[in-house]
Amino acid sequence: MKVGIPKEIVADERRVAGTPKTTKKLVGMGFEVMIEAGAGRAADYPDEAYTAVGATIVPDAKTLYGECDVVVKVEAPTPEEVPLMRKGLVLISFIYPKRSAALMDLLAAQGVTTLAMDMVPRITRAQKLDALSSMANIAGYRAIVEAANEYGSFFPSQFTAAGKVDPAKVLVIGAGVAGLASIAAARGLGAVVRAFDTRAAVKDEVKSLGAEFLEVELEEEGEGKGGYAKVMSKEFIEAEMALFRAQAPELDVVVTTALVPGTKAPILWDKTMVELMKPGSVIVDLAASQGGNCELTKAGEVVVHNGVKIIGYTDLASRMATTASQLYATNCVHLLDDMGKAADFKVDLEDVVVRTSMVTHEGEVTYPPPAIPEPTPKAKPLAPPPKEKAAPVAKGPSPFRWVMPFIGLGLVAAWLVLLILEKTQGGGGAIAAVKDPAREFVQHLTVFILAVFIGWQVVWNVTPALHTPLMSVTNAISGIIIVGGIIEGGRSGELTAPVILGIVAALVATINIAGGFLVTQRMLKMFRKG
Amino acid sequence: MNHDVLLTLGYIAASVLFILSLRGLSSQETARKGNVYGMIGMAIAMAATLLHGAVSFYAFLIPAAAAGAVVGAFLAVRVAMTAMPELVALLHSFVGAAAVLVGMASYLGAGEHDAVHLVEVYIDIFIGAITFTGSIIAFLKLRGTLGGRPLLLPARHLLNLAMLVGSIALAVPFVGGEGDAGLVPMLVMTGIAGLLGIHMVMAIGGADMPVVVSLLNSYSGWTAAAAGFMLGNDLLIVTGALVGSSGAILSVIMCRAMNRSIWNVVFSGFGAAPPKKKSTEGEPQLEVQEIDVVGTVSELMAAKEVIIVPGYGMAVARAQHAVRDLTNLLRENGTNVRFGIHPVAGRLPGHMNVLLAEANIPYDIVLEMDELNDDFPETDVVLVIGANDIVNPAAQTDETSTIYGMPVLEVWNAKRTVMMKRGRAAGYAGIDNPLFYLENTRMLFGDAKATVDGLVTELRQQTQAEAA
Repeated sequence: MKVGIPKEIVADERRVAGTPKTTKKLVGMGFEVMIEAGAGRAADYPDEAYTAVGATIVPDAKTLYGECDVVVKVEAPTPEEVPLMRKGLVLISFIYPKRSAALMDLLAAQGVTTLAMDMVPRITRAQKLDALSSMANIAGYRAIVEAANEYGSFFPSQFTAAGKVDPAKVLVIGAGVAGLASIAAARGLGAVVRAFDTRAAVKDEVKSLGAEFLEVELEEEGEGKGGYAKVMSKEFIEAEMALFRAQAPELDVVVTTALVPGTKAPILWDKTMVELMKPGSVIVDLAASQGGNCELTKAGEVVVHNGVKIIGYTDLASRMATTASQLYATNCVHLLDDMGKAADFKVDLEDVVVRTSMVTHEGEVTYPPPAIPEPTPKAKPLAPPPKEKAAPVAKGPSPFRWVMPFIGLGLVAAWLVLLILEKTQGGGGAIAAVKDPAREFVQHLTVFILAVFIGWQVVWNVTPALHTPLMSVTNAISGIIIVGGIIEGGRSGELTAPVILGIVAALVATINIAGGFLVTQRMLKMFRKG
Repeated sequence: MNHDVLLTLGYIAASVLFILSLRGLSSQETARKGNVYGMIGMAIAMAATLLHGAVSFYAFLIPAAAAGAVVGAFLAVRVAMTAMPELVALLHSFVGAAAVLVGMASYLGAGEHDAVHLVEVYIDIFIGAITFTGSIIAFLKLRGTLGGRPLLLPARHLLNLAMLVGSIALAVPFVGGEGDAGLVPMLVMTGIAGLLGIHMVMAIGGADMPVVVSLLNSYSGWTAAAAGFMLGNDLLIVTGALVGSSGAILSVIMCRAMNRSIWNVVFSGFGAAPPKKKSTEGEPQLEVQEIDVVGTVSELMAAKEVIIVPGYGMAVARAQHAVRDLTNLLRENGTNVRFGIHPVAGRLPGHMNVLLAEANIPYDIVLEMDELNDDFPETDVVLVIGANDIVNPAAQTDETSTIYGMPVLEVWNAKRTVMMKRGRAAGYAGIDNPLFYLENTRMLFGDAKATVDGLVTELRQQTQAEAA
């Protein structure tokens, strides 16, 4: 198996999809690695470093695409690169399928199997393949570095002989991977950091990094598909905008990271907010490549408006090419590892990670992939458990499996009783005589069966933590037998045997009622939330 | 007629309130309201029955009920939370006794008998008597008056069968008897059913008590339902059915948590001391590794994630308050402490939750087995307090083990497991819990209460020393 790493030809792209370290790993997995001459130069990896770990240098892309079984690259291929690829090639790269329909058609026509690194599903098992997060982390850090570069003052507060300098106030919008990296970097430089995110779940992470979590006074849960934020209601957005407007005058640096891959970025920082900011402030827009979160952002440029600098670089990760290459290449190595290394290399359509990230295969465009169950909780264990374990204890399965036998038994009992009655009362002529008790019995049976159904449904919902109170309360309720005691014991004015029995029954049953309810109350009072 | 309408309306209201009451228990937030619904329902049911035209003789009835209420309240206020299982079992027996009494009264009170009514009386007394004696035995066993060891008579299945057949056979003279001729067969049957109840519960081991208590809970419901058929009273039927299904569900849950069937629990006499001793000859004598209080505290202080797994041992030693102190100290230290509760931990479904709640431990850090079983690999220290079978890895690995297939808390995946056990003497022989011998397991011997108290004192000193 030959794995090829081409030189990236897109302008300003300094990253490379293989480093000497990852090449060594690939060689260890049994792959033959080919590197296009000069591929790693912009990321400070000279060709000699690759040959030293066992790679072969090929002179041009044409040879590489023609000879390799797998090609790993960073940027989506250009229309000039595609015709060089041979049929059956497995291409691993960023693709951005939502805006690359034409490219995917080309790749499919070329007979290339394409795995999009940006389509790797966000599930636990695939975390080590998550190149988007690797890159977002770098971009988030770099955003603060760029901001500090453009900002005309200190980030930390300073006490000098010439006076005190206030710390920079930084707002990070969107606390995803990039946002959190920005927060950490800004805190590391000593700035006062605030963060905003529609997902309340990230609040703790933000706080743990030492930033203040801003909230709007409107409750709405912003957690959406795959851990990304969802689109919020109009009211929420208005409240959010008001919050930003209130913040704008005091902020020195704003970093916006609100972005769902492949879609146009929402405008969160409009012109009026820019104009509310002090001259010399800096905005870094991490969503620049997809239209920008700031209304005035121009992709790839620094715009100055009213003295506020708006940075719209789209190559933030590429600006740290050495590390970015290393992380991206490692993600790709993990993918090749998962796909069976050199010996058992296979494009396994059953594998959810492979299937989800695959966008072309055997001449067809296979995007979009079939949905994986939402919300994606924990990854399933890879190996099936040794033995079919008993079903989870709590919420039971269909109750009917258990109720049906009861019903069956009840009906059989009813039928038997009727049969016995008919026999003992003798002949069909007696039906009129037995009619009343039998009909009454069947009516009661109906009530009984319905009540069993209800009880069964209701009790499955009881939380296991309350099983003891459940027992004591049902204990109290079964003291309802007192009704029988009252009926028998209150029947006549004399102390006949049945009356005495009834009275004793009532006595015993009230112990149950009082004891059961009171002890339940005592127990339930103890349960408290932390 | 008017009376009947009032009665029926009252009964419908009571039935609905009882259903709401059980529904309320689905979460801690609504549980107290649920209990209040139950009380209101009961009050309505009693009032409606008392005010009905057919009931007129209050002179003894009211004082009797009042006396019962006082006794019940006294029991409820006095009982210690560790003694809840006993109280629950005792209360079950009252339902059984009341059902037997009502059944007899119904038989003696009715002037003329039709066959349906007689059969209903018979069934009511039968189930009532089993519930009564069975619960009494369960009560005595839980209280410790009777040993936890199952009584396994020879040919006990035949014995049970004979008693069952005998009870059914006696139904013939009872139903067929003229006038009061059925009285003797009825009393004899009551005696047999009582013996059956005694024998069935005697044959069940201490560890299976959660299932037995749930089963008796279920029986007490079916008894009430049978009384309802007998008296033609729909409220009794509905309520009995609710309680009966509730107990049945609890039994099912408990059985599943032990990977056993109801039949297996009721008829196998399991739950005794370990049924088979592994022959030790030829096998290397495995060594456990001990740890002391100071060592445990330094492990705990270094830990970020701690899970405490309490078992019956904690209840016996009444260590829950000490555990609370330990938890609070650890949490102040910045450690994330959670509790892992196995469904059959303790002697009653949900027993551990009640004890921890009593000690004022917030319920949102008390989790069920399924909720945290996947978290053990990321856990630094697991403290197992007086639990054994529910953390036994043999349930997953050793096919010859009697508990094979039972879902267990996978504590062995944690970085460190500290097993707190009462006596070392009991610990060395006879037990086949491979967990004790694992590389990352440490044994901390001693009474649970004393040991946890020791941990608390030591932890407090060390934290203060660190702060100073």
